[in-house]
Amino acid sequence: MYSKDGESYFIVDAHIALWDARPENQRNIHGKQFIDCFYDYHRNLSPESEVWSYEDYLYQGGERLMKDVFEDGYVDHAIFQPANLHEFYNNGFGQTEEASALAKAHPDKLTYNHNFDPRNGEQGLEQLRADAERFGLKGLKLYTAEWNGDSRGWKLTDPWAYRYFEACRELGITNIHVHKGPTIRPLDRDAFDVADIDHVASDFTDLNFIVEHVGLPRLEDFCWIATQEPNVHGGLAVAMPFIHTRPRYFAQIIGELLYWIGEDRIQFSSDYAIWTPRWLVERFVDFQIPEDLTEYAPLTTVQRKKILGLNAAKMYGLDVPAELRLPDADETQTGPRQPEQADLATV
Amino acid sequence: MALSRSAYDEARAALGTVLDPELDEPITDLGFVRSLDVRADGSVEAHLRLPTSFCAPNFAYLMASDAKDVLVALPWTERVVVELDDHHDSDLINAGLAADAGYRGTFGHEAEKDLDELRTTFRRKAHTAAMERCLTALLRAQPDREVASLGEATLGDLPPGEHTEALLRRRRSIGLSDHAEALVMVDHDGHGYPPDEVPMRLRRARSTRISIDGNAHFCRGLLRTRYPESGADQSLRAGDPTNISLSTLKEKVS
Repeated sequence: MYSKDGESYFIVDAHIALWDARPENQRNIHGKQFIDCFYDYHRNLSPESEVWSYEDYLYQGGERLMKDVFEDGYVDHAIFQPANLHEFYNNGFGQTEEASALAKAHPDKLTYNHNFDPRNGEQGLEQLRADAERFGLKGLKLYTAEWNGDSRGWKLTDPWAYRYFEACRELGITNIHVHKGPTIRPLDRDAFDVADIDHVASDFTDLNFIVEHVGLPRLEDFCWIATQEPNVHGGLAVAMPFIHTRPRYFAQIIGELLYWIGEDRIQFSSDYAIWTPRWLVERFVDFQIPEDLTEYAPLTTVQRKKILGLNAAKMYGLDVPAELRLPDADETQTGPRQPEQADLATV
Repeated sequence: MALSRSAYDEARAALGTVLDPELDEPITDLGFVRSLDVRADGSVEAHLRLPTSFCAPNFAYLMASDAKDVLVALPWTERVVVELDDHHDSDLINAGLAADAGYRGTFGHEAEKDLDELRTTFRRKAHTAAMERCLTALLRAQPDREVASLGEATLGDLPPGEHTEALLRRRRSIGLSDHAEALVMVDHDGHGYPPDEVPMRLRRARSTRISIDGNAHFCRGLLRTRYPESGADQSLRAGDPTNISLSTLKEKVS
């Protein structure tokens, strides 16, 4: 819970990780390259006071996570979205045992989502059923640029992926978080393309598809498909820290999202441990769209509250104190939200 | 012995024609050229660097192979070596470049046909963003203008300047007319939009422009974080719109 100026905010961090990138867990050079890439994201976009040492960055452990996220970070509930990356790390990148045990010990604070890889075929499907039972899964994190043998990517529209989504339906796993990455097969096409989400969202209208990083680096494609599909949501992982380095760009991202998909389908996340929630929550509550960006309406307290936690809480059925709840906006299910803002005539 | 300054400048200028297809900016301005060594015997060696090890390999390959192509095309070059440094696919890409193996020869089973469609997709996005910059500037310069009327604006209505020049270049690159009477606001096949669709189409074009500008800024920053010395090599797109507030833009145009 975060309170300021007489307003209280229920905070859900919809994308966190408990990773182990220490050298002893790195399987090859790519393990080092991957965490170095994350560390550069961290160093590049964090305020100076929030930058960690490289050693701290490699591994945090459960105790530190609880402190950073809940004690210092104002978060009421957080959701693990683990990346597997078994081709880069001996015991994987996201620490399944440690994270799921932590979630089990703090069910009021943590939800553990797992992942699947449709290229594992029938065996992976069996595993998904077992995982659903073991972890009580409500959601999954899918990384389409995961390397697996001689394949370096897959699409949500692959026939085997559809078999897995059918299983999700059957198992009550309704929240599918999708993260695009740099590789895909074939390499002829754009690996970051989100068009496949359009197809699965139309074919599985009873599942929620949360596109992480709001589709970045393809924000425009994400907005265009999400405005047409009421079950497509935007996760703000990686987009959030631009609030510090590039507040105008951040304002444009938020402005575009509110225009195309509205205030009920955007979810806050720190992407812990790439960043920590404390400063992001504080900044977001203070954030306003600059006045000269007249194509966007000002951000309201209601919108901030929904984005910071109420939207994810609703999707995950979390218990929000009655006095902090808000009704959905009376908006269109599809299409632009602020048609009167579609022009610049007021400039 | 190093060759004359002019040969180096020519090689550098040639690299300046290679665009990052995704960011629509020259690799020289982005700071992606790590080193360029030009020798008296006509041998040239260029090293490229990217913001992360995990930049998409297809774009990385396109830039590196385009760089080699433009250097080989200079009449005086003999042995040309282009290498991509510190990338997860460096070994694969550098071996492919050394052997002139082409895209399919480099990536084997991961390459199906070619990268033409990828290139086209991003040329179209670059055109959309350039079009939005011009239309927004037009709107800023003519505050009483109805947004829907932008659908009737022609290239001849645009004021001369860098945004218009950039738009004309992007149009030519995807085969659109650059005649003064051609409509500004068109899809990638050159078709205009009915007035009632214009406001939303403009908004969609704006989201493309915001996305490209935002990515370019992030990539520049990450490159400086990864290679602190690269900052000195970076220069911004002329009149980089990411750094221009709308009011400044209005002043610039009027």
